[in-house]
Amino acid sequence: MLIKHVPDIRSSEITDKKLYLNRREFLLAAAVTGAAAATGVLGSEARLQAKGAPHGKKLADIKKSPLSVQGEKINAWEDITSYNNYYEFGIDKSDPSENVGRFKAEPWTVSIEGECNKKGVMHLEDVLKGETLEERIYRHRCVEAWSMVIPWVGFPLANLIKRCEPTSKAKFVEFTTIADSKTMPGLRSPVLDWPYREGLRMDEAMHPLSILVVGLYDEVLPAQDGAPIRLAVPWKYGFKHIKSIVKIKFVERQPLNTWQEQASNEYGFYANVNPTVDHPRWSQATERRIGEFFRRKTLMFNGYADQVQSMYAGMDLRKNY
Amino acid sequence: MIPDRVLRFVVKPIVFVVSLGPVAWLLWAGLTGHLSANPLSDITYETGDWTIRFICITLAITPVRRITGWNALVKFRRMAGLFAFFYGTLHFLTYVIVDRFAGLDFPDGIIAWSTVVNLAKSVGADIYKRPFITVGFTAWMTMVPLALTSTTASIRRLGGRRWNQLHRLVYATGIIAVLHYWWLVKADVRRPLTYGAIVLALLGFRAFWSHSHRTVPTRASTARA
Repeated sequence: MLIKHVPDIRSSEITDKKLYLNRREFLLAAAVTGAAAATGVLGSEARLQAKGAPHGKKLADIKKSPLSVQGEKINAWEDITSYNNYYEFGIDKSDPSENVGRFKAEPWTVSIEGECNKKGVMHLEDVLKGETLEERIYRHRCVEAWSMVIPWVGFPLANLIKRCEPTSKAKFVEFTTIADSKTMPGLRSPVLDWPYREGLRMDEAMHPLSILVVGLYDEVLPAQDGAPIRLAVPWKYGFKHIKSIVKIKFVERQPLNTWQEQASNEYGFYANVNPTVDHPRWSQATERRIGEFFRRKTLMFNGYADQVQSMYAGMDLRKNY
Repeated sequence: MIPDRVLRFVVKPIVFVVSLGPVAWLLWAGLTGHLSANPLSDITYETGDWTIRFICITLAITPVRRITGWNALVKFRRMAGLFAFFYGTLHFLTYVIVDRFAGLDFPDGIIAWSTVVNLAKSVGADIYKRPFITVGFTAWMTMVPLALTSTTASIRRLGGRRWNQLHRLVYATGIIAVLHYWWLVKADVRRPLTYGAIVLALLGFRAFWSHSHRTVPTRASTARA
């Protein structure tokens, strides 16, 4: 019966709307592609209905930001909080949400170190003091070629950096994730060299798109997404978005980030989203937006080229992947 | 020992239905939203996992038979092998649909000849370009002749000796499948390592067994010939 319906739908109609699979297109896709694909799409359709329900503590006074993406469907809370790469809690996507039970995001301190005048240990409350929280709806592109649209809540990283008063020697910023083996079961396996470290060039860190995230939708950031404070740099692959930050260090030389240390031929320092430079084992030309069947074309710098490409003028992006 | 009729009409059907469990579960979980936020990726991984598991089961039958002396196990070897091929084919089709088809441009709409051509090009180019896909496809290809000659009539046509020689190809399937898995993981090689150890142990057992039980032509067998 399904197959009979197929010729009735104009093909132009199908391609036009392919980005937002509705029920009708789902049926078509099912007819064309068979049951295996069909089960998948239905699964995520069911999930998309659970959007934006309250789960934890609410955040107040969130300002909208002009830097948010417009006209793209935001992924559901469920998707963003159940499908995570956070190896400190386990390597499967479902591990973080299942294993965060003992993790404590408060009290929390961030140690400010290195080439700056205001070294010291800051309580999270002090990190947030005077900051206006903004909703930043960003595209999030994982190096594994899937993506989401996520309504982060946070504030510009530049604000905190200015308060730290970095010296002229501060050329890079190095971030470190907490490594507490009592509450993070994934640390028991030597999959990566813990603690997780990431880094940005100073101009990248100061860029208005770079934010420190403390919330999701209008709630406090859940542990599996990097509570209480994480980085979002939307033009870079997800592994640059370091979670649960306990240390920020200003350094003169380019730091070695964890994934580069793990496999430097596959993961570089910059990790800018780039459809023309493939991962050695898979293509980065397209991506699966979570909740969609058809793959999207990956955009240069994840669609933020206008804002960020000048920082990389004259650089060989094939070498500096 | 279990009587032949019970084996054939009771145990075998049960094993058959149980072997369909993973695909039934995937269908159910997919249709009811019990997979992750990325169900298409789940289906790819699950069908792959079950392929390598059934390859291991197939490879385990002879060693277990030798150790326990329970020769009736050989009656399940064909079924296990065909299930490995079944899950391997689902795995390959999932990749073709979810990874390749879903990434195509559809200049003439989805239902068009150009879609077929572009899909074939896309799959071909990917198999050529990405080593772990090349290896995975090779593993699946090695199972095709085995599935095609899995019938009793084939054994008769080829003769037991030649059929046995051909079906040793499954040793290669096991090794290549492990390599495919190894090459796709990002950092944690513990799972491919586990399957690698299992396959090596099962193949090692065969080497050990044939070495210590080398068949010396006896007078009786010469006389029969």
